[in-house]
Amino acid sequence: MMMKITIDGKSIEVPQGTTVLEAARMLDIAIPTLCHHPKLTPFGGCRLCIVEIKGIPRPVTSCTTPASEGMEVTTSTPRIKDLRKTVLELILSDHPNDCMVCERAGDCTLQEMAYAYGIRENRFAGERRIYTKRDGNPFLERDMEKCILCGRCVKVCDEVQGVGAIDFTYRGFQSKICPPYEEDLDCEFCGQCVAVCPTGALAGKMWSHKGRQKGVREVDTICSYCGTGCNITLHVKGNEVIRVTSREDTWNEGWLCVKGRFGYQFINNPDRLAKPLIKRDGKFEEASWDETLEYVGKRLNEIKASHGPDAIGGLSSARCTNEENYAFQKMLRAGVGTNNVDHCARL
Amino acid sequence: MNKNVTVQVCMGTGGMAAGGAEVLAAFESLMKEKDIPAEFRRECSLHKVGCRGLCAKDVLVDIIVDGTRTTYQYIKPDMVQRIIDEHITGGNPVAEWQVADDYHKFHEKQVKVVLSDCGTIDPEDIDSYRGAEGYQAIRKVFTSMSPEEVIEVMKKSGLRGRGGAGFPTGVKWEACRKASGDQKYIICNADEGDPGAFMDRAVIEGNPHAVIEGMVIGAYAIGASKGYVYIRAEYPLAVERLTIAIKAARECGFLGENIFDTGFAFDIKIKLGAGAFVCGEETALIASIEGQRGMPRAKPPFPVHNGLWGRPTVINNVETLANIPYIIKRGPEWFSAYGTEKSKGTKVFALTGKVKNTGLIEVPMGITLREIIYDIGGGIENNKKLKAVQTGGPSGGCITDEMLDINVDYESLARVGSIVGSGGMIVLDEDDCMVNVAKYFLNFTRDESCGKCVPCRIGTKRLLEILDRITKGLGREGDIELLEKLSGDIKSASLCGLGQTAPNPVLSTIKYFREEYEAHIREKKCPSKACRDLLTYSILKDFCVGCGACMRACPAAAITGEKKKPHTINDEACIKCGSCFDVCKFKAVNRE
Repeated sequence: MMMKITIDGKSIEVPQGTTVLEAARMLDIAIPTLCHHPKLTPFGGCRLCIVEIKGIPRPVTSCTTPASEGMEVTTSTPRIKDLRKTVLELILSDHPNDCMVCERAGDCTLQEMAYAYGIRENRFAGERRIYTKRDGNPFLERDMEKCILCGRCVKVCDEVQGVGAIDFTYRGFQSKICPPYEEDLDCEFCGQCVAVCPTGALAGKMWSHKGRQKGVREVDTICSYCGTGCNITLHVKGNEVIRVTSREDTWNEGWLCVKGRFGYQFINNPDRLAKPLIKRDGKFEEASWDETLEYVGKRLNEIKASHGPDAIGGLSSARCTNEENYAFQKMLRAGVGTNNVDHCARL
Repeated sequence: MNKNVTVQVCMGTGGMAAGGAEVLAAFESLMKEKDIPAEFRRECSLHKVGCRGLCAKDVLVDIIVDGTRTTYQYIKPDMVQRIIDEHITGGNPVAEWQVADDYHKFHEKQVKVVLSDCGTIDPEDIDSYRGAEGYQAIRKVFTSMSPEEVIEVMKKSGLRGRGGAGFPTGVKWEACRKASGDQKYIICNADEGDPGAFMDRAVIEGNPHAVIEGMVIGAYAIGASKGYVYIRAEYPLAVERLTIAIKAARECGFLGENIFDTGFAFDIKIKLGAGAFVCGEETALIASIEGQRGMPRAKPPFPVHNGLWGRPTVINNVETLANIPYIIKRGPEWFSAYGTEKSKGTKVFALTGKVKNTGLIEVPMGITLREIIYDIGGGIENNKKLKAVQTGGPSGGCITDEMLDINVDYESLARVGSIVGSGGMIVLDEDDCMVNVAKYFLNFTRDESCGKCVPCRIGTKRLLEILDRITKGLGREGDIELLEKLSGDIKSASLCGLGQTAPNPVLSTIKYFREEYEAHIREKKCPSKACRDLLTYSILKDFCVGCGACMRACPAAAITGEKKKPHTINDEACIKCGSCFDVCKFKAVNRE
């Protein structure tokens, strides 16, 4: 069932179940949000997306309110703007505000909001939560003083990753997101939480001091770790990959695993093989691809001729695609003539 | 001497705390001793009864000899022997221990519906409740009424939710009845958490079967087969009595597969809350039953459409449910005869604070606040001046002494910026600092905020910080306006009822006692002399006889002086504890 809803004077027909926020975005009407994420269930905690709906005296959160027939919404009034400013000031009153040295500066929704609403002085300055950083893992940096409790990390871990490694604990001002019993994080380290965090509370440990935006090129590529082929974006400074992210508009929707997101140091590792090596007289020597492939073909033919095809075996890799693995076994079965073919993932 | 003797000992939480169990044990053991004739003992029955309201006078004991009731107050185990000797055996009640006029006056203006059987029936004995027409209402409902007729009766009675919001119960039931769903639930909200409020606890402790009966009727009306009582684990006695009552009701066939041979199935499960105030909010309560963190969610959808496990659910407060059997039995007209045009029936209040008779009271809606405080409550303690009455707990507001003739009902209290709420009523006198009162409640809501939404989580913290600095003499010009601004924004922008009402104590005290705030900020003085940091102590030379009592009492060694000569207080060393003020017999210590 479609329903007609009017937002800031513009009308649109949306299917039942569409939220006011979603409808507004269809109309290209910007409503600020912090806790909302289009792929996660609505939370309604940050209160920034409040709007006025005709007939309802109290402002409502557009992210949780389903559109209904004939609804008339105003997304921005002096009262709404003023409330959003208060909410932002309250958030910033409990935030380190150390954007100068924050890993996420320039890539931080909270910073962007503070900029948009011009918040400089804070009427509500007061006590801040103070936490020590303590995680021992090499991937995730959790700076809980910067956490605004939007709950996106909790939801992505539960709803997308199906892990549930973290949740809200304590109450009120002392509320905190952490693993059970406040122990060190011990999860898959997929970093989905980092990807959805709107502030600097979650970041990659290896990102530290490598660079933020200035002088950083973004290079879209495909993750080479497995055949899934997730789209990734390499953040490159000079000739060094300093961070890996994934865009939400790709088929993997921006979701990555620990390898794709954090396993990028091999790229700039001096031990990495950049050219093929051929062992001659017990010593590896660099060779060109043409020379190497010719050599491999020659040797395969020689071995097959003198020892028969079953003297040859092939071991393929999980990092190849299905198609590549198919071609590989075809080469061994049809080309070489042996069934000796296996795969690293089976070992 | 063949007498019919009944001994009733108050065994609510108040009674137990005052030593009710020991008193009851003393009666039991002493009456078993051989000097009491055997035939006499056989006719004695010892009842544990629930709360009768006047907790200030616990332990209350009723002795009924051949139908004549005598009530004793402040009874301790060592007093039992004399009562048995003089009253039960000797036939002469102990006059000096009996309740006085104020006990009777306390009850005079009360109208007991919900509490009508509390204090007279044994809450652990289902037969005791059945003897008082208990479970007659469900008999009537199951044998002669359709669910729609039950809903119609509820709507006609005008009963509104007693948990605080005052939503018409019949309308809520009807919405749930009409909602589509293969499974529906009824939940009894017994997560009473307002500081100082104990209405629901008293009802469950005193008459758990009325709540169960109300739930069965509600289940029948909406078509629910499962019910939950969400009760806080801090109410162990209520939980115990409710557990006993549910078991007994099941054994008698009032709960179970085939109630009154109608094929209707309904059973109740108890779910213990872990002490979160916010779980009294219905969506947080549902989340808690589902095993999730007790955090509210946005409404709509409302629980009547999408509640527990996503199914249509009615959530009623304990007191609301306990009203229902009486409404069914006596008719909606009888119920709606009490109260005002829009607020029908009676309301239970926990009367606390600086009033002489503190305790649990049930009054008809529309009674004036003056009647509650001066007639039922017996006036203000120590003949002090009444300053204000705080109603509605942390969500409520203050009513000043000039507004005492206000009718206590949903609309009238809302008009002056307060609420009926769940029924807390705290009487404040001239010694109570209103900034401190606001601070007290904000401290509570700050701790109890679930942490989900920003205005409530951080806003209440900031309100408290501003109030705190005002009471410490660090208030700044503009703080009152800042409190008003932030309060208004928290009310508008918060997710649930907790945040939307949390600033009420601040706004209401500013509205009626702005000058107290101003005195704190501008003159750095607390007019009620309650804010320790704003007090200065000095010794009045003309009155001081140099006895040295203050010097000995001072824990900070801030007082010096020679014997028989006026002493002095060293302001810098003084920790403002007030010990000198309390011990001086010559009123020589000045506090300002």
